[in-house]
Amino acid sequence: MTRIDAKFAQLAAEGRKAFVAYVMAGDPDYDTSRDVVLGLPGAGVDIIELGLPFTDPMADGETIQLAGQRALASGQTLEKTLQIARELRAVDDTTPIVMMGYYNPIYSRGVERFLVEAREAGIDGLIVVDLPPEEDSELCLPAQAAGLNFIRLATPTTDDARLPKVLTNTSGFVYYVSITGITGAATAQAADVQPEVARIKAKTDLPVIVGFGIKTPEGAEQIAGIADGVVVGSAIVAEIGKGRPVADVLAFVKDLADGAHRA
Amino acid sequence: MPDDLINSFMTGPDENGRFGDFGGRFVSETLMPLILSLEAEYEKAKTDESFWAEMDFLWKHYVGRPSPLYHAERLTEHLGGAKVYMKRDELNHTGAHKINNVLGQIILARRMGKTRIIAETGAGQHGVATATVCAKFGLKCVVYMGAHDVERQAPNVFRMRLLGAEVVPVTSGRGTLKDAMNDALRDWVTNVRDTFYCIGTVAGPHPYPAMVRDFQSIIGKETREQMQEAEGRLPDTLIAAIGGGSNAMGLFFPFLDDKEVKIIGVEAGGKGVNAKMEHCASLTGGRPGVLHGNRTYLLQDDDGQILEGYSISAGLDYPGIGPEHSWLHDIGRAEYVSITDKEALEAFQLCCALEGIIPALEPSHALAHVMKIAPELPKDHLIVMNMCGRGDKDIFAVAKHLGFDMNT
Repeated sequence: MTRIDAKFAQLAAEGRKAFVAYVMAGDPDYDTSRDVVLGLPGAGVDIIELGLPFTDPMADGETIQLAGQRALASGQTLEKTLQIARELRAVDDTTPIVMMGYYNPIYSRGVERFLVEAREAGIDGLIVVDLPPEEDSELCLPAQAAGLNFIRLATPTTDDARLPKVLTNTSGFVYYVSITGITGAATAQAADVQPEVARIKAKTDLPVIVGFGIKTPEGAEQIAGIADGVVVGSAIVAEIGKGRPVADVLAFVKDLADGAHRA
Repeated sequence: MPDDLINSFMTGPDENGRFGDFGGRFVSETLMPLILSLEAEYEKAKTDESFWAEMDFLWKHYVGRPSPLYHAERLTEHLGGAKVYMKRDELNHTGAHKINNVLGQIILARRMGKTRIIAETGAGQHGVATATVCAKFGLKCVVYMGAHDVERQAPNVFRMRLLGAEVVPVTSGRGTLKDAMNDALRDWVTNVRDTFYCIGTVAGPHPYPAMVRDFQSIIGKETREQMQEAEGRLPDTLIAAIGGGSNAMGLFFPFLDDKEVKIIGVEAGGKGVNAKMEHCASLTGGRPGVLHGNRTYLLQDDDGQILEGYSISAGLDYPGIGPEHSWLHDIGRAEYVSITDKEALEAFQLCCALEGIIPALEPSHALAHVMKIAPELPKDHLIVMNMCGRGDKDIFAVAKHLGFDMNT
């Protein structure tokens, strides 16, 4: 059982929805992003998605693209991203950390070496945007063998025929991408999302978390109400991008978390 | 080369879109159903005579194929060795080989009922070809082009607009060809229902590398027949320039199993293949990685971040290369070399002066390698270089490098 599995068991027992927050590691610099990450559990975040910066984030909108550029410009690397996880683990051994990013930095590191280091650093799961089920042998299967969850994205284009393929080899939770598009673009509509979540839940016992297009506490509450939880990324990253102090960013996160937890 | 291990070099890719370890389908889940349906549609079209009949008709009457195989007599004499032929794909409508592939993809898009076409472009040749064919068929066309390229390729931007395309200057990342490709992918993921992504080179997720290769293979097929007619045999050496590698793949593919035919791809060496990455030689100066849907050789740093290449030629200015080239490189079936800006400029001028052909800077790289090797080869050695584009678009860049003031 990973920390992710334990967290969902706990949330289910308490009858609460999950609030997942995404931040880009190293944005705008190492120290600031570490301070944000260390403050997330206290702001009500149940699961942390830690973005691994990449030069070519083809599924991300402008907000997260710019965050990645700021991080890389400040010298962020895969090693320093693992280091942020280690710093959180030194003070918090329960909040799950999911590393989210693109495959090339991991491939470049070497999959075997990366998995050993990620586990040691206290990473619990991986979301790798450009690894569909067709490429499971690359990282998904080795990651699960190494005891990490591999969380897959399901999207509005994942039809019933394809859904079983997406759910096979998925663990931890299913991340439903609420819109066709990039992060931070359109706004997720509960009426569109509800039947999709139901469609996925009919095929899996895993929690279904909805992300992309959730920007406000009200939106978080609405969407969390029809799923097992929500992810907010771009809206938080935009606050960091404005240069807001860490305390303000965490207050913003807390409003979102409270919204999701009202559901 | 492991002759005894491989019966044919022409059977790839496998069902997972792999050429050896290269290629694949490294895309987000949203795009996966789209590329699977594209693959299914392409597999159907491939064996459908009416599809190829339409292609052949348009290749002949709209593009102007077959392009000539031309014996460059004065160049041959000047170099004093091998007999040099040029495959004249610069004579195609729109002035480059790009339209061979665009035509195929647009016909496929029409069969799939797609009404909106998107494309990425670097120098603008693929963008112009896409805008052209979209105008012909009355399809909406959106071209993503790096903001920097929009500035330095103004004539092609104007051409695309005349042809009715919307040109979107890309400022994300560093505003180059690879960023234009990222933004095209972002558009596609947003407009999945009505949009067809017309990729300009033999890269991207499966089936693009194979599909674009198949459409460009008309170059090599014609070359085989024309060389038989001219010399009664196959050429000895094929030479083509490589950015993503579509003109090269098109020339090479029909000859892959003729093991006596030597195959040479020429990458852009920029200011020299050095540690500062002032070049675009992915095979000579890069290592395998994953970008834009496929595994291939890439220019990247130690942490797997993609680097910008540099070349005088905007059409070769891409940090990756088609996965089939990476495979041919690793198994040794093709040889890959690099040519610097300076060498390409010399070849450009020599071609103008000796043959009355103003070549694009891309094939000037191939020509520069011909100049290197031809003098040492016997007179009965037959070289075919792919003259894949004409140089009208490049005269401003060349004038600048030669210190000629276009304003006086």
